[in-house]
Amino acid sequence: MSRKLRTFGIEAVAVLLSVAIFWVPLYFVFVNALKDSKEASELTIDWPSSIHLWSNVKEVVTARDFMLVRAFYNSAALTVLSIVVLVFVCAMAAFVMQRRQDRFTPWITFFVLAGLIIPPSIVPTIWVLDGIGLFKTMTGIVSVEVALGISFATLLYRNFMASIPREIDEAAIMDGCGGFRLFFGMILPLLQPVTATIVVTSSVTIFNDFTNPLYFFPGSKNATVQLTLYNFMSQFVSQYNLLFMNILLITIPPLLLFIFFNKKIVAGMTAGSVKG
Amino acid sequence: MNKVVKRTYSYYFLIPAAVIYLVIFILPTVMSFFFSMTRWTLAEWEFIGFQNFATFFQEQSLSIGFRNTFVYAVVTCGLKVVLGLLLGVFLTSGLKTKGYLRSVVFFPTLVSTIAVGIAFGMMMHPTQGLLNTALAAVGIPGPDWLGNVRIALLSVALVDVWKGVGFATVIYIAGIMSIPEEYSEALQIDGGNAFDKFWNIIVPLSRPATNAVIILAFIGGLRSFDLIWTMTKGGPGFATDLIASIIYKQYQAGFYGLSTAGNVILFLFVTLLVYPLTMYLNRKEVDL
Repeated sequence: MSRKLRTFGIEAVAVLLSVAIFWVPLYFVFVNALKDSKEASELTIDWPSSIHLWSNVKEVVTARDFMLVRAFYNSAALTVLSIVVLVFVCAMAAFVMQRRQDRFTPWITFFVLAGLIIPPSIVPTIWVLDGIGLFKTMTGIVSVEVALGISFATLLYRNFMASIPREIDEAAIMDGCGGFRLFFGMILPLLQPVTATIVVTSSVTIFNDFTNPLYFFPGSKNATVQLTLYNFMSQFVSQYNLLFMNILLITIPPLLLFIFFNKKIVAGMTAGSVKG
Repeated sequence: MNKVVKRTYSYYFLIPAAVIYLVIFILPTVMSFFFSMTRWTLAEWEFIGFQNFATFFQEQSLSIGFRNTFVYAVVTCGLKVVLGLLLGVFLTSGLKTKGYLRSVVFFPTLVSTIAVGIAFGMMMHPTQGLLNTALAAVGIPGPDWLGNVRIALLSVALVDVWKGVGFATVIYIAGIMSIPEEYSEALQIDGGNAFDKFWNIIVPLSRPATNAVIILAFIGGLRSFDLIWTMTKGGPGFATDLIASIIYKQYQAGFYGLSTAGNVILFLFVTLLVYPLTMYLNRKEVDL
């Protein structure tokens, strides 16, 4: 009995700590997003005396000529486009990298791995993008996100490819199937579990990315949600309620993703991150 | 078969990835070595040799970035390893609430860094902030978390750990769950307790997870920018300037050559620290 009591005690303490450490900051943001600017400036976690949910939402959304709406559109487009390209491009590369072993293979692997370590060089990238006419364009920022995501996604795909039996390939080749039909018809659908992992993790990373849009996608027309939040930080300096409302609004997409894919994210992370 | 292999697994499949990777990532990296030795306006450059590097090492406001970046990476990485391991062990034991706890610990990983930075910046307000109000309630005078030159860097590092520890924990959970049951059964027969199990089984056998966490967290720490930039912008003074924030400041000021030199230094800094570290960790890894 005392043992049971002890485990119960430990669990209770753990849950209480989790509330203090992880829920209080979230609650702090939430409750202040509902206040008027005067109450929010006190920075407390008291419940608001009157709730300003809609007026705050309206003010944040309409600020600077509906900047946030445009930002949501840009961020969504950036995320979706980047992921579509990333999935096709990396799955194809991983297919050949895992199946074909020759003297180039170690070099290719080395180059791909290097991408996980090397910090991207900022101004030369701008210079290159400018040179090919892609600086400050959606295509440009999408290629940056893809280029920086290639290493991680390709390695995940390559590890997973190893678990797809070669017999499938051989049977297809016997039937006269060429490489492209083999890949798009059979291999790509079989890669679906790891594709799901990549879609979820990369979409969070790209949607939340601040640094790359800051450098490679400047201009108010091009704002992404992270940049808007950053810019509003100075604009709403005396209106914390609007700042918190903005945080709340841009946290909704990752939150939804988390709720729907919670189990999958954790499972996929573990499959990809510790591979011997 | 060889001809069939070549035809089926054609290198054409690599082309799309290779083009994007080479043009947008490798080419700028190579060019950065050249441009770091120029005075540069994007349109024109003038070759000035190692002058940018000399400036970087001589000016205190720039060279402070090395120390800060190193401290920041070591502190965040160390805390993520220790807390990630402890949480991993705790969350793989037979708790009823472990599903809930795992989700809660992991959730901050998904929230935008900017949002986290802003929220914690407010909570670390010296007089009104939640943190110091709570401390005052139990009679402890809280410090000026982000305004005190001596602790500002550590304050931001703590927030980084709050946000990133969930990822380390997940890696540890996977590592610990892959340890075969027989080891702890053998230990039980020999009369070992929970601490023996932790110290003699879990710590050595979750080594691959530890290595993954160390490498990922350390590289992440060395390269981090957005949290520092949102919370302190490198201040007070230059107390929290990291190499990455110095790169941004020089870029903003239009010193493109100097900014690129910072990039090259960061590149060398990361490689020189991470490469030997990886070698060392891989050598010590044990097989299950």
